[in-house]
Order: sequence, then structure tokens, then C-alpha cells
Amino acid sequence: MDASRSQILNALRNSRTGIPFSESQDLPKIPEPEWNLEEKVERLKNRMEAVHTEIHECTEKGFGKIFREVIKQKKITNLLYGKKTNWGNKLEAMRQRGPKTMPELIPYQQKIEDCKEILFSVDAGLTQTIGAIAETGSLILKPDGQEPRLLSLVPPIHLAVLDSKRIYSTFGEAIREEGWSRPMPTNVLLISGPSKTADIEQTLVYGIHGPKQLILFLIR
Amino acid sequence: MCSRCILHLFFGSGPVVPETSFHGQPLSEKGFHEASGKALKDQKLRKNFKRAMNGLMQKRRVMFPDSGELETLRNLAGGIRRDAVSRLPDLLEELETNCQQNGIQVHWAQTTEEANSIVLNIARNADAKLAVKGKSMVSEEMELNHFLAENGIEALESDLGEYIIQVDHELPSHIIMPAIHKNREEISEVFQKKVAPAKKSDTAEEMTETARQVLRDKFRRAELGISGVNFAVAETGTLCLVENEGNGRFCTTMPRVHIALMGIEKVVGKLEDLPPLLTVLTRSATGQPITTYFNMISSPRQKGEKDGPEEVHLVLLDNGRSRMYEDELLRDTLLCIRCGACMNHCPVYTRIGGHAYQSVYPGPIGKILTPQLEGIDTAGYLADASSLCGACVEACPVKIPITDILLKLRHKKAQSKKEHHWTELEGVKNLFEKITWKGWKFAFSQPWFYRMQASILSRTAQFLPDQLPMLRSWSRFRMVPRFSEKPLHQLVEDAGIAEE
Amino acid sequence: MRRNYPEKPDKVYFMGTCLADMLYAEAGMAGIRLLEREGVKVIYPREQTCCGQPAFNSGFQEEALEVALHQISCFPKAYPIVVPSGSCGAMMVRHYPELFEGHPLEQKAIEFSSRIFELSEFLHHVLKISLKDQGVPVKVTWHTSCHAKRELGLGDEAKQLVKQLENVELKELEREDECCGFGGTFSVKQPMISGEMVLDKCSDVLKTGSDYLLSGDCGCLMNIQGSLEKQQSRVQSMHFASFLWERTRGS
Repeated sequence: MDASRSQILNALRNSRTGIPFSESQDLPKIPEPEWNLEEKVERLKNRMEAVHTEIHECTEKGFGKIFREVIKQKKITNLLYGKKTNWGNKLEAMRQRGPKTMPELIPYQQKIEDCKEILFSVDAGLTQTIGAIAETGSLILKPDGQEPRLLSLVPPIHLAVLDSKRIYSTFGEAIREEGWSRPMPTNVLLISGPSKTADIEQTLVYGIHGPKQLILFLIR
Repeated sequence: MCSRCILHLFFGSGPVVPETSFHGQPLSEKGFHEASGKALKDQKLRKNFKRAMNGLMQKRRVMFPDSGELETLRNLAGGIRRDAVSRLPDLLEELETNCQQNGIQVHWAQTTEEANSIVLNIARNADAKLAVKGKSMVSEEMELNHFLAENGIEALESDLGEYIIQVDHELPSHIIMPAIHKNREEISEVFQKKVAPAKKSDTAEEMTETARQVLRDKFRRAELGISGVNFAVAETGTLCLVENEGNGRFCTTMPRVHIALMGIEKVVGKLEDLPPLLTVLTRSATGQPITTYFNMISSPRQKGEKDGPEEVHLVLLDNGRSRMYEDELLRDTLLCIRCGACMNHCPVYTRIGGHAYQSVYPGPIGKILTPQLEGIDTAGYLADASSLCGACVEACPVKIPITDILLKLRHKKAQSKKEHHWTELEGVKNLFEKITWKGWKFAFSQPWFYRMQASILSRTAQFLPDQLPMLRSWSRFRMVPRFSEKPLHQLVEDAGIAEE
Repeated sequence: MRRNYPEKPDKVYFMGTCLADMLYAEAGMAGIRLLEREGVKVIYPREQTCCGQPAFNSGFQEEALEVALHQISCFPKAYPIVVPSGSCGAMMVRHYPELFEGHPLEQKAIEFSSRIFELSEFLHHVLKISLKDQGVPVKVTWHTSCHAKRELGLGDEAKQLVKQLENVELKELEREDECCGFGGTFSVKQPMISGEMVLDKCSDVLKTGSDYLLSGDCGCLMNIQGSLEKQQSRVQSMHFASFLWERTRGS
């Protein structure tokens, strides 16, 4: 296989003519929009709602009430979440105060190999987000030990919490500001709505392999 | 099971299949004519494709309302790809270094055989019986599913379109929407007969739900996940994947081992190259500002993490791409980001569909890629299947000069001396063509001869039987053109127009 | 606009193109008359033959080069060369420079290319002609030649000229810029696909209810006209030069 590696690289190097493209030409620049907070919120909402994301705006204090309403409406009886996270702690506190109006909280604490049953049978999963992108209408997730990748994929309802101050105007801005570089996080995800497909006669259907519903709590 | 599998079952090692074939079918000009002729007569197919292509073209138009902005974006995206391709060997080494530092194992394969071997090796070490697959055109080049099946490993497609055609033993007809040639009734029949006979499968919603249930079980059980790569970022050692369904995330997260398959041209330099490429890809391919998921994978499961594959492998496939690199114009074939816009806009593709091309890549990109991957002598005829209208060039988000490349391939084909691939008939046709153009050259570079034949034709052409071999295919659809009573050069002479 | 256009010249060369020469001679003559009427002296070198595109498109570039060399030698002086065809124009503007790359006469070929103008762009942008319609009310529709639009970069110059005629109603063709299926040797090498494409084009033409189908490319014309006639349609196909000349020549 090392032979293949050198043969491929040698073949490429032997054929190379000229200089790298960027040294001979300037690449055009696309002007990036610079929106204020209200514009970013509006843009994000428009984009995400157009693809069936359910968005609830609230303050941190008002979260509890809205959350409970959503739980009731969607008939969510149990909820998978990341323990020892900011919002995980909040949920635990809410459950302590009023268990009747809160779903059963199931912390995601084991390796996937040991908890597939729960993961595939739970009603919903909640994750935090590290930000969002207004231009495309996307949430940015950085799964980690507390909130594993599958938490936002397997349960049929994905509840996400976003701090509105962390909305970027563009993907480019997010890349610059987040300072991702080596080492990149294991996994970074842009999620722009519930899962969908149009493979059957180009008819759009929501809810295929990923979550059927994406519910966003936008904290102002 | 495909025909090769069946043959293998009954005849052991099976008959020798010609070296260059697509899923057991040898590539041939005759085959292309037959397949395209058949497709043209298939009213249902034509209706399905026309509706689908019109829809996709419309969606793209909506996504790019400002032509000035679109042009700038194409120049930027094209520039980024050109730069990456111009630095290809350096970027590949940088990608390898950073991937390895992140814990991703990198493998290099010159041929599809080698790539299949690498995948099998990894699968055997992982004791895998079931692999779940996300969409990967490179895996189609490798005929990977078939190869794994031959070696006792089930490779199940999980993208809904790919799943449908796999169940129905068909091949993809479009690189983005593989089941685009089927309408709802046809798909419903597949579900009814082959997927879940007990369940109702009339509406798209019903079928989608069935697919979700069936595949969920597979995602849970599979030991191996296989995916393609849309972009690989050299700077950070990151593999990027776009999708709407979520199956790609399942394949790259749930199984213990993940293999990502990539053509060597898919690497880009920096993270900041991603936003323009991502936006032209999703807007051109499916008319969306972004896909539901954009997944950026940089390493296997780290300490403390609870999910993600424990092993991540990146297989870099050459399969003729380094040969394309040799020519500055042909190298532009490597700019392709596999969006499918070219085929959506192609008047030929829309009328014959994807299967008629009998190769992994249909449409305009297929017409320039396949002759270069498989060899000009084997698949050069595909370069002729174009009227050079340039609709594809106009649509391509990275400005691949497809028509110029087609012209170059036609030139190579005309110069080719390798007759051993041709049948006797093809050899005769080739000779006839060479003689014709030499004759044409004489006639059109000698003014006296040119004027003489013009005069003769103007008087006699009307008497030519329209069933003559050359005229027959023309006159099937059109009247034979009438020569002017007096050619223009005679009219100007009569009118006293100055000659110098 | 695809380039900077010069001021009105005293003299121009006219290149008939092989298809107009043999099949649409009156269209070539109409083009010449339209230019002369504006006070431009038209020169038609008698030795001209063909731009070489048929061979070039078929991959026989060496043969095309020889014919191109002859063509270049027919138009030696520094006058603009007007061509009544988008595809021939595109061949000479876009492809001569690359065809002659590395050739001793490369510079000559490039200079030649820079003098090529398609007829409608010359009439509209250089001569800025104004037309007075003398004909009866008719409906026409326009087919855009692929090469004119995408290779040469022409816009709607010819349509602008036709729109000047007050008794002419220009009906938009659905899928106006979809290829008619001619593609030169494509119509012979892929006859079935080409046939289906021209059938669709004709069906779009018929849908407009037009009396005339106009185009700026003799290849497209030959193709569409042939198919319309086979279907015994009463729609007449014309090169736009013939149409403009007939409508405005007076008695």
C-alpha cells in the first residue's frame, strides 16, 4: 500500500505544470452580510421554520413554562439528556420542583454499546448548541462526552436549546470566530431541521432516519 | 442479486467478464445506442425524467436569483477547486498527516481492486457481517456491494433512493437522486413486493415510515459503516458529509468501524473553503440553501466520549485520476463536486435517463469522466453523445469546461490507433470516418473543388434518395435540406459584390 | 454585450459560411444588403469555404486547421469580418486561438479571430440600425442557437432587431434556449436522440401559433425547418437576415 501511496503522489508530482492557481489569480470575495441580533433571529427563524422546525422564543426564566407546554403537547414521557451540562442541571432542578409536569429524565451516561435499548425507545432527546448560523438557518452542535452524537439523531424528537447571542450571520463567520483548528473537535454538526427525503417522486416527506421533529428553544 | 452474482452461484468462478464493464455489462457503443433507443421509446421513463429535471432546474433558478451574484460565486467556488487541484499532491499529504494525528487511518489505492481489498481487510478484522452504507459514487466505481457480497458480507444501502434501487436490483440513474427514474407507483410496488408485504405502501409518507423502521434495525446491528466524502479538509484532517436523511450520520456514528471512501480529487485546503463550496453544492444539487445535516468528522471516538466509531478509515482512490492530471485541460474534470446540475440541464440526459449511459456516472460529467477512467478506446463513444449545446457548462457551479473537454476527448479518439477493442464493424466505421474527413479537408481547402461540388450538389441533391445510409437517419425526422438554386458565391458574383 | 464594439467602418468582409453558401444563399445575400444599406462597402472574397467547425467538432483538428488556414488567408486586410452564424462565429472566436496554439501562425489566427462579428451583433451594436416595417402583421418566434448564446456570448441582439418591426408580434418560445438537436455530426451519430430533440422543439414552435420560425444559425434552421416540413406544418422557417430584409426593403 505504501507503494500505491508513492506511485500516486509521484504521478501527480510528475505531471504538475504551472503554479498553484491562487498564486496566479486573486479569488473573488463575496460580501458577507452583517446582521444585527434582531435580523439574525428573524433570518434564522424564517429559514428553519420553512423546513418544519418548531421554534419557541423565551427568556431563561420563561423556559420552564414553555418547556412544560411542549412536553404536554408532544406527549413526551421520557427524555434523554446530557448529565452535568448547564441545561441538564436546569432540567433536573425543574423535575425536582415539579415532577408531575416533567418527563422522566434519563441521563446519557453509558457507552452506546450498553444503552442501545434506551436510545432507540426514548421519546425525545435534548441537546445544547454552541451557536447557530442565520444565513442558512442552522444550529451548530459540538457533541462530546456529555452530549454524545447520537443524542441528536436517534430519538424521534430532538429538543435543542440555543442562546440567541450565539447566532452568527454566516458559516464563514462561525468558522472564524469559533477558532476551530487542529485539533478539530471530534465531530461538529450543522443541523437545519428535522430529517427529510424527496426520493419518492420528489415528494418532500419529513421524518426519515433522523429525528422526525426538531424543536428549538431560542433563549433571548 | 445482480447477474454476476447469479453466474457465480451456478458456475463457480463464473465466466470471464471483460476488463472494463459496469456491473457485468461491457461498455460498448452498440450497447449505448440500444439502451438510449430503448429509453427514448419508454414514455413512462421520459415523463418521469422530464418532470424531475424540470423541477430540479426550477429549484436551482429560485436558489440563484441574482445572476451577478451567481457568477461571482461560481468564480469563487471554481477558483477554490482549481487551487486545490493545482496543489493536489501537497494537500493529500497534508490531509493524511492531519487525519493520522487525529486518529484516522489513511489508506491509498491505485485501483478499485486494491480499494476493495483494503475494505475487505478492515471488514474481516472487524468481524463484520453487515455493513450499512451512505451514498458514495466511489463505492459504485468499486462495485463494492457486489464485492462484499461475494465475500460473505451484506452491504446495505441506507439512503432511501439507493435503498429502493438496491432492493429492486437496479443501478442508480442519477448521482444525487438515484431512484429518480421511478414514479411513486413503481416504488410502491417495490415496497409491497420486496420490502414489507404486510404493510400498506401507497403514499410517500407510508413508504418513508416503513423504510425508517426497516433500516433502524440495521443501523443498530451493523458492525461496519461505509460512507463517501463530500469534502476533505487538509488543514484539519476533517471529512465532511452532506445529507438530508440522517442515514449518513447513522453509518458514520453507530457502527464500531467506519470506512470513508474518497476520490483523491475531493480534498480542499482550508476550513474557510467550505462555506462557498457547500452553498453551491446544495443549491445546485437539490435547490436547498443547505442540507438538513452537515457532518464534520475529524476523529474516531475519543476518551470520555460515549459514541462514535472506535476506528475510522479513509480510503483514497486513484482509479485513473492521476492520469487525468497529466493534461491541463483534462485535469479540470477533477474540479467536479458531484452536484448533478449538469445532468439536470442536459437535453440528452433528460431524454435517455441515467441507465442508458451504462456507467457509474451519467450525464455530461459521465461523458467526460468515463472515457478517462475507462480509457478512450473503451468508452470514447460517450464523448460523441453530445450536441455540445453547453447547457451543462452554464449550470456547472465550479465552471468545468465540459464542452472543451469533450472536444479534446473527441480529438484523442480520432487520433487513437488502438484497434484491438473495436469489433470489425467499428473498425470499418472508424476508417470510413477518417477517409471522410480527409476528403472533406481536400474539398474545403481547395476553393475550385469546393465551388464545383457546391454547383453539382445544388443541381443534383434533390434527386438523392432519402433512404441512402447517410441520409436515412436524418430523413426519418426531417425533410432532406434543399440546396439553393444558386449558391451564395454565385449570387454575389451576379450582383457585382466586390471580391477584395 | 460580449465585447467592446468599434465605430462604424467603411468596409467589411462578409463570410457566407458553407451552410449559407449552399443552402441559404438568399439569407447570405440579405445580410449583405442589410450592411450595404447602412453605407458600408461589403467585400466577399470568392475563395472562402468554411470555418472548419464540422471537422473540429468531430475530433479531426488537424484537418480543421488546414481548412482554417485557408479561410484566414482569404481575409487578409484589417476589416471586420461579418458572419451570419453564431456557431461559425463561435468557432472562429473561441476555438481558433486554441486550435492554433503553438502554431507558427498563431498570432495571425488570434488577430483574425478578433475581427469576427456575428451579423446581428454587428447590425445592432456597431451599425445601430433602425428598421421600418413594410410588411403585413405576422407572428414570429425565435430559436436561440446554443453556440451563439453560450460560446459566443450573444444576448438578444437579433430579437431586438425583430422587435423594431411594428407589425411583427414576437412570441416567446418555451424552452427557447434548449438545444434543437442539430449539433452538427451529432444529428448523424445520435440520430434517435437528435430526432427526439427536434420533435420537441417543433412542438414548442407550433404551440406559439407563429407564422415564422426565425433563427440566426443555418444548422439549427436546416434541422428545425426539415422537421416542420416533414410534419407538413405551414410555419415558415427563415434566417432572421432574410426576414429583416424582406420586411424592410420596400418596393
